Amino acid sequence: MNGNHTLRNSILWGLGFALMVAALCMVFVYVPTEKHTGIIQRIFYFHVPVAWVSFLAFFITFLSSILYLWKREIKWDAIACASVEVGVIFTTLVLITGPIWAKPVWGIWWTWDARLTTSLVLWLIYIAYLLVRSFATEPARAARYSAVIGIVGFIDVPIVFITVNLWRTQHPTAIIFEGGLTPPMLMTLLVCIAAFTVLYILLVIQSAGLKTMEADIKRLRSMKAE
Amino acid sequence: MENLGYLLAAYTVIWAVVFGYILYVQRKQRRLQRQIDMLKESADK
Repeated sequence: MNGNHTLRNSILWGLGFALMVAALCMVFVYVPTEKHTGIIQRIFYFHVPVAWVSFLAFFITFLSSILYLWKREIKWDAIACASVEVGVIFTTLVLITGPIWAKPVWGIWWTWDARLTTSLVLWLIYIAYLLVRSFATEPARAARYSAVIGIVGFIDVPIVFITVNLWRTQHPTAIIFEGGLTPPMLMTLLVCIAAFTVLYILLVIQSAGLKTMEADIKRLRSMKAE
Repeated sequence: MENLGYLLAAYTVIWAVVFGYILYVQRKQRRLQRQIDMLKESADK
């Protein structure tokens, strides 16, 4: 890692930490409690940014997978794979925090409505991506197959997004775009989204670095064997 | 303060998973760096 990368990472970690502290202060101190559902609504300020980051992660995988199949450069495969790993972590958090919010509000942990079911399918698609990578014996083949899943699997992301408008679901519609938030709520949400986006960038940089190191080890081992 | 337990559970899970992943990445990074150093050392000999 050169000096520029170290400086960039230090700035990103500092920014991410400051944004996360600000986000927590706004969620627990600044923003007023929502009248109808009470304190539990505060899950919203992390549930929505985590969902946003998972969509962003799979979009970056989609773009990186196209670039890998086009240019066959290992860096695009490393970014695609790292982004899936982080995206799966964040989708898991969406699937955990959603039911924790649903239980006191809906009275149930889970229902097979369109939004929840397509979100679970999204998680399964990218779990399949990671399984393909771990089971494939040849790295180039693993990268090729997983790139195809990364491109085709992205179809589910817009489907998850529009389900609440296409069908009557238990899950509420996107109130952010309908002006359903007061200015303090909107401000808090935007700070949380910024904090999680920086966290996503940091985690992808770290994880993509690992993929590059693994490739270096394979290259050094093959050189040694020769 | 009704439902405070659910709120705390949600935030605890988020931080536990995020910190768990950061720890996993850092440990793996150290392990891979050791392997690279060893391979470079044996190549220099």
